[in-house]
Amino acid sequence: MDLHFTSARASAAERAVIDAALRQVQDDAGGRPRSRRHLALPVLHAVQDNFGWISAGALNYAGERLAVAPADLYGVATFYKLLRTTESPLRIVHVCDDIACLSAGAQQVVAAMEGSGAAWERSPCLGQCDRAPATLVVEAGAQRNPPAAAAPPVIGGSNLRLLRRAGKIDPESLDEYRAHGGYAALRAAFTLGPQRIAGEVDASKLLGRGGAAFPTGRKMAAVAAEPSRPHYLICNADESEPGTFKDRVLLEQDPFAIVEAMTIAAYATGCEYAFIYIRGEYPLAAARVANAIARARAAGLLGDDVMGSGARLEIEVRRGAGAYICGEETALFNSIEGKRGEPRSKPPFPVQSGLFGKPTLVNNVETLANLPLIVLEGGAEFARIGTPGSTGTRLFCLSGAVAKPGLYEVPHGVTLGELIELAGGVPRGRRLQAVLLGGAAGTFVAPDALTMRLTFEDARAARATLGSGVVMLFDETADMVAILRRIAAFFRDESCGQCVPCRIGTVRQAEALRRRDFALVDEIGRAMRDASICGLGQTAANAIESARRNLNVW
Amino acid sequence: MVDLTIDGAPVRVPEGSTILDACTSLGIDTPTLCFLESLTPVNACRVCVVELESSRALVPACARRVEPAMVVTTDSPRVRHSRKMVLEFLASSVDLSTAPDARRYCDRYGADPGRYGAAPETVAQPVKIDNALYVRDYAKCILCYKCVEACGADAQNTFAIAVAGRGFDARISTEYDVPLPDSACVYCGNCIGVCPTGALMFASEHELRRRGEWNEARQTRTDTICSYCGVGCTLTLHVQENAIVKVTSPIENSVTGGHLCVKGRFGFEYVQNRPDDEGAPS
Ligand SMILES: Cc1cc2nc3c(=O)[nH]c(=O)nc-3n(C[C@H](O)[C@H](O)[C@H](O)COP(=O)(O)O)c2cc1C
Ligand code: SF4
Ligand code: SF4
Ligand code: SF4
Ligand code: FES
Ligand code: FES
Repeated sequence: MDLHFTSARASAAERAVIDAALRQVQDDAGGRPRSRRHLALPVLHAVQDNFGWISAGALNYAGERLAVAPADLYGVATFYKLLRTTESPLRIVHVCDDIACLSAGAQQVVAAMEGSGAAWERSPCLGQCDRAPATLVVEAGAQRNPPAAAAPPVIGGSNLRLLRRAGKIDPESLDEYRAHGGYAALRAAFTLGPQRIAGEVDASKLLGRGGAAFPTGRKMAAVAAEPSRPHYLICNADESEPGTFKDRVLLEQDPFAIVEAMTIAAYATGCEYAFIYIRGEYPLAAARVANAIARARAAGLLGDDVMGSGARLEIEVRRGAGAYICGEETALFNSIEGKRGEPRSKPPFPVQSGLFGKPTLVNNVETLANLPLIVLEGGAEFARIGTPGSTGTRLFCLSGAVAKPGLYEVPHGVTLGELIELAGGVPRGRRLQAVLLGGAAGTFVAPDALTMRLTFEDARAARATLGSGVVMLFDETADMVAILRRIAAFFRDESCGQCVPCRIGTVRQAEALRRRDFALVDEIGRAMRDASICGLGQTAANAIESARRNLNVW
Repeated sequence: MVDLTIDGAPVRVPEGSTILDACTSLGIDTPTLCFLESLTPVNACRVCVVELESSRALVPACARRVEPAMVVTTDSPRVRHSRKMVLEFLASSVDLSTAPDARRYCDRYGADPGRYGAAPETVAQPVKIDNALYVRDYAKCILCYKCVEACGADAQNTFAIAVAGRGFDARISTEYDVPLPDSACVYCGNCIGVCPTGALMFASEHELRRRGEWNEARQTRTDTICSYCGVGCTLTLHVQENAIVKVTSPIENSVTGGHLCVKGRFGFEYVQNRPDDEGAPS
C-alpha cells in the first residue's frame, strides 16, 4: 500500500519506543510473524505510556511501521479514552464519579482535585466500587512507577470455590499456586481429552458469567467442531460494567488460576493461540497475569509442549484503553485486530467467524475460572451446587450502602436478602431504598425483592437480570434521580457511535430524562432496544425503565 | 433459491440475497441511508430495520441475508416506530436541508424532530472550506460511513478520511483534522459521489447555493466519455446557465461504478474557459 503522510515527523525517542514495542509484541507472540495491523493498540499504548500522548509525528511513524493510513490510525486512537492525541501532563488522576462512587462522596473528591492544581479528569466506573470513592493515577514517561498494590479486597461467603485462594497465597508465585491445588485440573484435563472435557462442561450446565448467560458447553463444542483453522480463545477481562469488580479480584489475587483455566479451554477447543483482553484501568491485574504467563511458560505449562502433552498454547495479554464497548465480544475482536472497537453485526457468530474471521471462543474470566472445578469434580457433581437452572456458585460484587462492600461467593439460590445480610446489611440504621442488579445495563429492584432467589430463572421471572453480578445498594438518602442521570450519561459517553438509535438515542434519552419527559424516554428506549446493533444500545434504557417500573423515583 | 415470507406473501429469491433484495422483488420500498449497492454494507443508520420472527431485536434489511422459512414484517408498529425515531434522531441533530431522501422518509414516517426540547444537542459546526474543489459541511453529516468506504478499500484505496472519536462525538476526519491539502486526498471526489446528504459538495454547487442561485430545474444532465485517458469513464455533466456545476458518473455504469478520478471529476475547466466565468469553481 502506498500511504501518504503529513510532514509531522516522530522524534528519535518516539521512533525507538515504537520500534521496541513492535519487537516486544512479536517476541511475546513467540516470534511468529503476523500481519501488523493488529499491533496497533499495543504500539499506541507504548507511545502513550512513554510520552503521555500520541503526537502527529509518532502517529505517522506508527502508521508507516504498521502499514496503516494515518487517518485510519487516528480514528483508532481517538476511539479510546486512555489514548490522548493532544499534548497532556504525564500524570493524570482519574476520579470515578460513577454510581457507586457518586453516593460515596465522589463530589468531595472532585472538589478536592479542583483545588489541588493536579491534572485530573472524571471517569466512569473504575472497577473499584468496593473502595468507593475510587481514583486511579495514570502515569506516563520513562520514569513511571509500576502499578501499586492496593489493600486486599474484602472477600466473603462460606465454602469458597472460585475465591478459595484469593488473598491467601502470593499471587506471583507459581509454587504457592501449585501447593494450593494449582495445575491438578490441567493434568486431569490431559487425561480426559478434549471431547470428554466438553462433555463434562456440558453436563455442568455452566452458563456464561459475562452477562449473556449462554451455555458454555455449547459454545465450546461449536468451536471444537469447526473445521476452519486456527481457532482462537479469548478471555474477556474488559470488565467495565459499572459496579463490577469480580474479574479484577480474580486476576489480581489468583492469576495462575485463569491461566490454567484458559489452557484447559484452549486444549478442549483446539486453540493454540489465546488472548486475554484486560481493561486498561487494571494495570495491576495486567502485570500479575503477565507474570503468571511468563512463569507458566518457563515451567513448561505454556508453549510448544504444555506439560509434556504435546499440546501447544501461547497466551498474549492485550490491554484495553478505556472503552466499555470493547467488552462486547465482536467489538473486542475489532479492538484486538487494531481497528476501532465497533461491534460487528451477528450473524456470523464468533464460534464460526470471530477474531481474524476464525472460529473463536470468548468467555468471561469468572466463567473460565469454573472450568478447573468442573474438570476435577465432574460436570454432574458441579451441577449439584446451586439450582437445576443455575448451577455452581456465583460471584457477587456488593457495593454502595452496605456495611462490608466486597466480593462474595455464594451458591446460586441464596436470596438477595441473605446475600445482603452476609455483607452486613445497610449501615447506620438506614432504610434500603433500591438495589441495582447487574450494573448500568441491569435492573433496579425495590426492597420487596429481597426474598428473590439469586438465580438466572428467578431473575428472569422478576424481569430482572444478574448480569455481571452487580449488587449495588442505595439507602434512603441516595438521590436516585441523580443516579439515573449518571447512568444515562454513562451510555451516552460509552456508545461507540456506529448506529443512529444508540449514538443519538443515548443523547436524547439523557436530555429527555433531564426534562422529565417520560413518555419520550419510553419511546426512545423502545427504539434503542429494537433497532440498535449491539447489546449496549439494546440495554441502555433497561435500568431507567426498571426504576420507573419498580421504584418510586419521581 | 430461498423461500421466505414477507408481510404474509411468499417470495423466492436467489441464495445470498438480502432481505432488502427480497423486499424490492415484491415492490416494497424500503428506506435506506447508509446502503449503496457498490459499497460494503455497514448497516449503521438502521432506517431499514424490519421485524424477523426468530429475532428479539429488529434486523437491518440491507445487510441481513435471507434464510429459508424466514418470516419478515416490514410495516408493523414496531418497525414504523423505530424508523420514525431514527429519522427524528437524525433530523433533530443534523441539517438535512440538502438530503432529499432523508427528508422524504421523514415525511413518510411522520417524524417530528421538534419534540426534543428547546436546545437538543446537534452536530452543528462551521463548514470546512480548505481547497478549491469541494467543501465539507459536517453539520449535514449523518455518519453513514459511505465516504470512508469510497475513499478506502471499496473504491479509491486512498484512506484520506476515517471515522474519529466515539459516540455522539464520532465524526469524519483526516488525521488530527489536518486540512485536506495536507492529507492523502487526491480529489477524486468519490466521497462526494456517494454522500447522501450534501455534506460533501462541489465548491461550485456550494457557491451557487450560497448565492441562492442553485436551481436543479434549470439544469441539464449530459452523459459523455471522459477524454483524459483510455479507460473511458462515463461522465454526467450537470450544466446550469451554460456552466458545468457538477460532474457525476452513473452508479450502474460498468466502467466506473459511479467512481471517477480527479481529472474526470474536476478537470472540466478547459471546456468552459470563458472570460467572465461566474458559475464555475475558481
Ligand atoms: C456493551 C457490552 C459490554 C460487555 N462487556 C463485557 C465484559 O466486560 N466482560 C465480559 O465477560 N462480557 C462482556 N460482555 C458480554 C460479551 O459480549 C460476551 O457475551 C461474553 O464475554 C461471553 O462470555 P461468557 O459466555 O463467559 O459470559 C459485554 C456485552 C456488551 C453488549
Ligand atoms: S448499539 Fe451503540 S455501542 Fe452498539 S454498535 Fe450501536 S452505537 Fe455502537
Ligand atoms: S476526494 Fe477522493 S481521496 Fe479525497 S477524501 Fe474524497 S474519496 Fe478520498
Ligand atoms: S460526509 Fe456524507 S458520506 Fe460521509 S459519512 Fe457524512 S453523510 Fe455519509
Ligand atoms: S469504581 Fe466508582 S462506581 Fe465503580
Ligand atoms: S440502510 Fe440498512 S442500516 Fe442503513
